[in-house]
Amino acid sequence: MTTDMQVYLRRRTTSYLMVGLCGLATLVAVSILLLVVGYTLVKGIAFLNLDFVTQTAQPLGEPGGGIRHEIIGTLVLVALASVLGIPVGLLAGAYLSEFGGGRTGLVVRLVADVLTGVPSVVVGIFVYVLVVQPMGTFSALSGGVALAIIMLPVVARTTEEMMRLVPATYREAALALGIPRWRMIVSVVMPGAMVGIVTGSMLGIARIAGETAPLIFTALGNRFGFAGLGQPIAAMPLQIWRYAVSAYDTWHQQAWAASFLLVMLVLVISITVRWLTSRRYH
Amino acid sequence: MARAPHPQEVHAPVWWWRARFRRPASPGDWVFQTIALLAALSLVGLLVAMTLYLLNAAWPAVTRFGLGFLTSSTWDPVQEVFGALPAVYGTLLTSAIAMLVAIPVSLGVAIFLAELAPPWLRAPASFLVEMLAAIPSVVLGLWGLFVMVPVIRDPVERWLGSSLGFLPLFQGPPFGVGFLAGGLILAIMALPIITAVARDTLAAVPSSQREAMLALGATRWEAISRAVLPYARSGIVAAGILGLGRALGETMAVTMVIGNGYQVTARLFAPGNTMASKIATEFNEASGDLYIGSLVELALVLFAITLMVNVVGRLLVRWTVAKARVGGQ
Amino acid sequence: MQETRKTTKLPSNMALVAAGLAAIVLALVAACGGAGPTPTGTQVGQQPTPTTTPSGSQSTIRLNGAGATFPFPLYSRWFDEYARVAKTQVNYQSIGSGGGIRQVTEGTVDFGASDGIMTNDQQAKAEQAHGPILHIPMTMGAVAVVYNLQGIGAGQVKLTPDVLADIYLKKITRWSDSRIAQLNPGLNLSNQDIAVVHRSDGSGTTFIFTNYLSKVSQEWKEKVGNATAVNWPGDIGGQGNEGVAGQVRQIPGTIGYVELAYATQNNMAWAALQNASSKFVEPSLQATSKAALGVPLPDDMKVMITNSTNPEAYSIAGFTWLLVYRNQTDCTKGKALVDVLWWAIHDGQQYAPSLQYAPLPDDAVRKAEAQIRSVTCNGQPLLGR
Repeated sequence: MTTDMQVYLRRRTTSYLMVGLCGLATLVAVSILLLVVGYTLVKGIAFLNLDFVTQTAQPLGEPGGGIRHEIIGTLVLVALASVLGIPVGLLAGAYLSEFGGGRTGLVVRLVADVLTGVPSVVVGIFVYVLVVQPMGTFSALSGGVALAIIMLPVVARTTEEMMRLVPATYREAALALGIPRWRMIVSVVMPGAMVGIVTGSMLGIARIAGETAPLIFTALGNRFGFAGLGQPIAAMPLQIWRYAVSAYDTWHQQAWAASFLLVMLVLVISITVRWLTSRRYH
Repeated sequence: MARAPHPQEVHAPVWWWRARFRRPASPGDWVFQTIALLAALSLVGLLVAMTLYLLNAAWPAVTRFGLGFLTSSTWDPVQEVFGALPAVYGTLLTSAIAMLVAIPVSLGVAIFLAELAPPWLRAPASFLVEMLAAIPSVVLGLWGLFVMVPVIRDPVERWLGSSLGFLPLFQGPPFGVGFLAGGLILAIMALPIITAVARDTLAAVPSSQREAMLALGATRWEAISRAVLPYARSGIVAAGILGLGRALGETMAVTMVIGNGYQVTARLFAPGNTMASKIATEFNEASGDLYIGSLVELALVLFAITLMVNVVGRLLVRWTVAKARVGGQ
Repeated sequence: MQETRKTTKLPSNMALVAAGLAAIVLALVAACGGAGPTPTGTQVGQQPTPTTTPSGSQSTIRLNGAGATFPFPLYSRWFDEYARVAKTQVNYQSIGSGGGIRQVTEGTVDFGASDGIMTNDQQAKAEQAHGPILHIPMTMGAVAVVYNLQGIGAGQVKLTPDVLADIYLKKITRWSDSRIAQLNPGLNLSNQDIAVVHRSDGSGTTFIFTNYLSKVSQEWKEKVGNATAVNWPGDIGGQGNEGVAGQVRQIPGTIGYVELAYATQNNMAWAALQNASSKFVEPSLQATSKAALGVPLPDDMKVMITNSTNPEAYSIAGFTWLLVYRNQTDCTKGKALVDVLWWAIHDGQQYAPSLQYAPLPDDAVRKAEAQIRSVTCNGQPLLGR
């Protein structure tokens, strides 16, 4: 009896212990998030004011200054990447969902998944060789291309998943009315999957908004703000990096403040995505 | 190996399934399908172009150093002799540290989220963990540099050095920046992806598996460790592989905390470099075909490794999901 | 599949949301893009135009330059000032001298900047594609040897050339080493490990520093050598002068080398270094100026002034140059560029002392003027002076 009881107790204790450890792991993971976000806020708060968003960078070592050019730069780069990446991603997603049952579909799907995993620094080198060298200059365009390449597979795969969720009965109903399939896809499937498509695009944007490595070799940075697509352009992540590794205290503060803005941007997008998808599923 | 069934193979009626192989009925269909196909093929084109362009730019280094590139430890821009071993080693070492830390933690989180958490907690907790993946690398690097590295220097490395200093791993001066810091930052970055994939695989385990164990009088942990985890094993392996893929290619955060040294050493506190961080810090500044070519070759090696890791991981995920779907029905 | 049926009720909502989002993004970009150039425009009107400032063309001209971080504190000041007095925006990115040389060779910038001299190979390769490349001197600076030791301030640690070389060769690894202690009898140096910080990118500061070490240490010359990037024997890398300064400030027990302006702006402690006349000298503006005294300046200005024999000189000092194509292909940009250069070596010099850079000696200014006059576009000199 006693041994049975002991065994039972041991089993129960192990169970509680392991369950507790799992809970602890979750706590740790969530704490890291809160620590990072909390720190960026606390450290950056001294610099988080209107001047910070509307002013431009000061010469090195002088106090004050803001990151207007970097904010605009990031918006331009993200917009550019979206214009280049989303339509192609959308069409590729449509192909995978509507015609992707065969061998081509399988290959493309695997390639898209693999592309998602290509290190962004490699994409940066690729675009340097592909665009920067032939153009003869660092440019906003090359930065946009690099970000578009990173975003493309994300948009394609999400679009595919979302379009597939549109029930077959809708397609049948549309086809039964005698309209061609492309009309069925464009007017029935795509609108039906609109939430998903918006979601996919936003996920892609969230993915690229904070990308730094590919911009080092493409966008380069610009102290005078947006000067056209053929010119180098500033970006928030680039500036955060340069400021962070420097020795200047004001730069550190600015890096924290800029990080907070960037984190907020990405979190807002993610929460919106979450909200959109939850409306879809409940 | 069975290929993953397209969902519509399951849901769509047979006639509709056949329709996709019929010749398009109208010119509009043909145009649309062609455009969509081109968009889809552009992804494949991208991958091919990437390989060719990188290979072309790396060619001076490839022909000059051959396979010796991967085994030499010298990186001497003066003599134009370049070897990638310390960078490859740094990438593998930091990723190994990351996996050692991230896999147990992620698995714990995944089990908690899929099996243990009360329903009201699941969605918000999953969301918070996923948010970790949304934090830009450079921001995590900033945090790592100013918050994590000082803590690693003192007390972590000082304590490890004084208590476990007889191991080569924990010898040497504690700088804070180094392989250990790089590995830990990577662990944080790999955690959300491993968690997400593992959680999805666990959730796909049919509830009959758990119920059978519980009905036999098993404790909660026994049901998880003996029924659920073995069932989801390949999915968990896939989750680890995909996390590894993320860790191998991660750039900015590592660059900021790894110390940018260049050496092969067992000492975890030593400053090192990864392939990605070497490229990020030197590519714009490198001069000469051979120097640039060597950095591009580094990118090519990194590209090849992540490609292989990701292909294996993705195929495994597909296979697992397919198996779970068949098993669940 | 049941849940998904509801989605079809949503499209109109969602389309609205999507359209709204798109509109917001577009509006933001449009508004910001429109607001961008205005301030510079208004400032041009407000500022009186100095005499040396050329009239220039009516629209804003943009020049892209990249390279040295060594003079970046001064350059960022210059180009800010210059954008106020002329309609020329010089976008200078401090990516390192190695980067300056590389980008000039590839033609991805309008000019480069370096504080290391281009090697013959580098120059030959660049000139093959773009014609002659000039090294036009802009200012002089000192490379301070900085350290992070608790309670020990600037100038307190004294180092000799061979001790410095051996620290960087990793032969001296602790601050309490007897050779350091001998030089600094009054200092309480702990048994701390020396963490050696170097530049991880191609750097002119590295060029000056390794040029000096190669002159004072035979072993350094043979094992490591002199270049913008070398095979470092030790420890931690930092990106740019900012990065080295950042690492040294962050990590206790470090030693590093940065341009003097970075050290003063960040209140860092630097070592007094024994010069060629066996005097311990701290880096300063005056000691930098002295380094160039008595050194014959060649017409192409490709000269290193490290390890100067002047008894008052600081040993690790150097010129910093802009790398300029002598044959400009775009005459408008070329004209704007020579005007910037002319302004920099004359009016620009007044900004140097407050940032601890030494203004160019008169001889150097004259040689620079001659170089700027030699810049042509379609065979015509761009400077009408």
